[in-house]
Amino acid sequence: MNKILRHYLPASTLRMLPNRWDLMALPLVVGFLLFFSIGAHQTWAPISTLQSQAISLDPADLPEYAVRTTLRMLAAMAASLVFTLLYGTLAAKSRRAEKLLVPVLDILQSVPVLGYISFTVTFFLLLFPGRVLGAECAAIFAIFTSQAWNMTFSFYQSLRMLPRDLEEVASNLQLSAWQKFWKLDVPYAIPGLVWNMMMSMSGGWFFVVASEAITVGDQTITLPGVGAYLATAILQRDMAAVGYVILAMVVVILLYDQFLFRPLVAWADKFRMENTASQAGAPESWVLNLIQRTRLVQRLLRPVTRTIGRLGNRRFSLPRSRRKAAPSARASQLVDWLWNGAIGALTLYALWHIITYVGTEVGLDECVHVLGLGLITLVRVMLLIAVASLIWVPLGVMIGLRPKWAEKVQPLAQFLAAFPANLLFPVFVIVILRYQLNPDVWLSPLIVLGTQWYILFNVIAGASAFPNDFREAAANFHIRGWQWWRTVMLPGIFPYYVTGAITASGGAWNASIVSEFVAWGQDKVVAHGLGAYIAETTAAGDFPKITLGVVVMSLFVVLFNRVVWRPLYAIAENKLRMN
Amino acid sequence: MNTLNEHPGNSAPIFSLSNVSRGFGKGKEAHQVLSDVDLVLREGEIVGLLGRSGSGKSTLLRIIAGLIEPSAGDVRYRGEPLEGPAEGVAMVFQTFALFPWLTVLENVEAGLHALQVPRKEARQRALAAIDLIGLDGFENAYPRELSGGMRQRVGFARALVVNPTLLLMDEPFSALDVLTAETLRTDLLDLWSDKQLPIKSILIVTHNIEEAVLMCDRILVLSSNPGRVVAQIKVPFAHPRNRLEPRFRNMIDDIYALMTDRRSADASKGRAELKVGSQLPDVSTNLMAGLIEALAAEPYQGRAGMAVVAERLLLEVDDLFPVAEMLEHLGFAELKGADISLTEAGKLFADYGTQERKAQFADHLVRNVPLAARIRLILQERRGHRAPRVRFEQELEDSLSEVFVEQTLESVISWGRYAEIFSYDDHTETFSLEDVEGEG
Repeated sequence: MNKILRHYLPASTLRMLPNRWDLMALPLVVGFLLFFSIGAHQTWAPISTLQSQAISLDPADLPEYAVRTTLRMLAAMAASLVFTLLYGTLAAKSRRAEKLLVPVLDILQSVPVLGYISFTVTFFLLLFPGRVLGAECAAIFAIFTSQAWNMTFSFYQSLRMLPRDLEEVASNLQLSAWQKFWKLDVPYAIPGLVWNMMMSMSGGWFFVVASEAITVGDQTITLPGVGAYLATAILQRDMAAVGYVILAMVVVILLYDQFLFRPLVAWADKFRMENTASQAGAPESWVLNLIQRTRLVQRLLRPVTRTIGRLGNRRFSLPRSRRKAAPSARASQLVDWLWNGAIGALTLYALWHIITYVGTEVGLDECVHVLGLGLITLVRVMLLIAVASLIWVPLGVMIGLRPKWAEKVQPLAQFLAAFPANLLFPVFVIVILRYQLNPDVWLSPLIVLGTQWYILFNVIAGASAFPNDFREAAANFHIRGWQWWRTVMLPGIFPYYVTGAITASGGAWNASIVSEFVAWGQDKVVAHGLGAYIAETTAAGDFPKITLGVVVMSLFVVLFNRVVWRPLYAIAENKLRMN
Repeated sequence: MNTLNEHPGNSAPIFSLSNVSRGFGKGKEAHQVLSDVDLVLREGEIVGLLGRSGSGKSTLLRIIAGLIEPSAGDVRYRGEPLEGPAEGVAMVFQTFALFPWLTVLENVEAGLHALQVPRKEARQRALAAIDLIGLDGFENAYPRELSGGMRQRVGFARALVVNPTLLLMDEPFSALDVLTAETLRTDLLDLWSDKQLPIKSILIVTHNIEEAVLMCDRILVLSSNPGRVVAQIKVPFAHPRNRLEPRFRNMIDDIYALMTDRRSADASKGRAELKVGSQLPDVSTNLMAGLIEALAAEPYQGRAGMAVVAERLLLEVDDLFPVAEMLEHLGFAELKGADISLTEAGKLFADYGTQERKAQFADHLVRNVPLAARIRLILQERRGHRAPRVRFEQELEDSLSEVFVEQTLESVISWGRYAEIFSYDDHTETFSLEDVEGEG
């Protein structure tokens, strides 16, 4: 039928006829647009409505809350992208900026995410007095801090590893810096960037839940959203409402995955560097197919893509100037020296400022006490990662070696990693309260509840990618049992395991702030540890102590990374790579 | 064979280079890649840069492309000093260097957009170039969907579409299989001979002597370490050329001889003895043994022309020369003119079994490669007979740059392991005399 029509109608008329993909795409697009406009409109309501308008536990209100939560995630992702492009470019293109920006980024990602919100809430509330926007910004900023850093690292690393021949082509074709950015730099970075966006996003749900209902001293923020709904449910001891919110979150994450990330990953596939045609394993997305095959959608998108294309093709540079004479080595050295000096001075000033600020309230014994708490949390993180590894490595290998299982379990593991585990905390708390269990022991599992899945799905990925030749060789030489694990499988999946464990451990440190200090109604369950310390001082609005707690935790994370993970990662990279 | 200084005729020079030098690294590590190179490119000629790896031919090409600045000397494009990548100079890469996220058409258009050619005109010109180079039908394909030959055609179309004056080619056919490479060469030469191309001149970098003689009007032979122009050879044959013609074969042999003769090919140092700090080539013991066996066997009986051996063993100049030279250093072979012949030791090696070969190789290695001897001596002197890799790295860094230090150590480690004169543990990065026969 279609074929006949095509033959006899003029092309222009044909293009206007909706085909069957349009029938599905149209309602979707309109639906998305509707949600956006509602969400943005309510953001501009004055803050008084926010405070008087209590969160309703009626499940009928949940969809609206879910939309608002999702919008916060999107806003934070947009901000993260802009930040990534600017910061990453600056760090990669300027030798002097790099010296400052890269270590700063390393620290930024070691600071606990919820530590950021403790600091910035007041600032954002003051920035937009009397408007919800301030509180919104604070929440969005918190999510931003959970997403931006690894994306920026990925972008920066891509820029540093641009293939030399492509760079030479760009010069040979006389692309301007702006053109090169859009034709080479960004496309080359996209696969890594999209992967990191996915990781960021799945971590982000945890923090969006935590940041929608937070008390800093006398400032209580309750932003209508999934997180606030949960907080209200906990306060009112409403188990049914906790159930509803879990359900709502499941739906939201599934939709998000289908409508944003699957299409993005499938689209990003064309930016792969390998110059080989993709095999059967190329990512597919029905939404992307829908967009690409739908004439109406294509027509609507064309002005957008065309504008972007034209913008990328503009030169945006001054007419080619004669090449500047390189500054003398001496002068360059002098500038280096001044630059290093300035950074050093700034660091010292900041350090002095922090010490005097913290010192107003905190003595040396408090510092020692907090360090002790840090050690407790460190032990907790290490033990729990070890326990999670003991459980998930064998299971992950079993699953990964069976392609049919892996195919089914892998999306589930990824889903579980994205699911905000803090929604499940009330269940644990009720059990602990009921049986009077020791919180120091029984609260511990919560810190890996959400992040253990990173270990599982990385191990599954590793086992799936394990070369069949090696397995056949092992079978042929009768390598079995413990020898099989020690000489064949564990070295084979080690690089994947380390990647998963690093993510899991980073997540565990972050989670400690919410999982060592939990509540059900007015009952509070507290474990000893640095996370509980930060949570308690945040609730009390005690800024010097918050600062101390956050600084100590950042230190622990940085040291832990340097001493444990980096060497392991180096081993995985250098000695155990498959190629 | 004519050796001459300048191309005859009065056609205008496109590029002229005088006294161009280029070093990499600073201070002690400075490594001279090019030294005092003079070159004039004129309209209407295809010029070849022929040399072995390390001769700086790619560096010279990149200086002309404006991608690298010379450390000294004068580069003029149409009489003006060259500043950065110039308009009218297009390049074709060994690795194709296509943007994998752009289609064939978009790849070809990229350079036109950079020059702000109006969209409509850009599309027309790109399609015309795609047509000319035999790619029609592939406009919407992505590079990864194409075979190597088709990808390089895209590379050519992208270069030709900007109507360049000079086409630079960096070993454009060496990543392709023999048959595909030949087709592409012929197609390009046909377009050139039929004057269908806008280009005025072509400069091609290659290490394939036959390719140079097949394509070029003039060949510049570069020596290694540092690169200098040691000869300019005019190729007087008309296109299309016949590879089987005796004078064609003779010219190939002459060039082999020229490149084999170290006095001209290796910067006039005479027969260079290896020193402790000398760079050692990345040549495996298997390759050395293979070449010895091939030379010892029928029909060569210990002596053969380099060109013949290269063809027989399917080795390119770049692969064959280092092996042959290493055999000479080790005292297993001699290079004279365009010939390579086995020494008595080399003939013995060919007859030996595995263990005897190892012993003989060990003997020659310690006697002829001072670095190997030095490592062994230090291990014998030290208590515990161990020494960290860093120790030798530091010693080599006085005379070699970082990359060459790594390569040299890797080579000596693999030879030393084969000869069993010392052992090496990669995890702890230490040399030792463990498991070495005859040592305690």
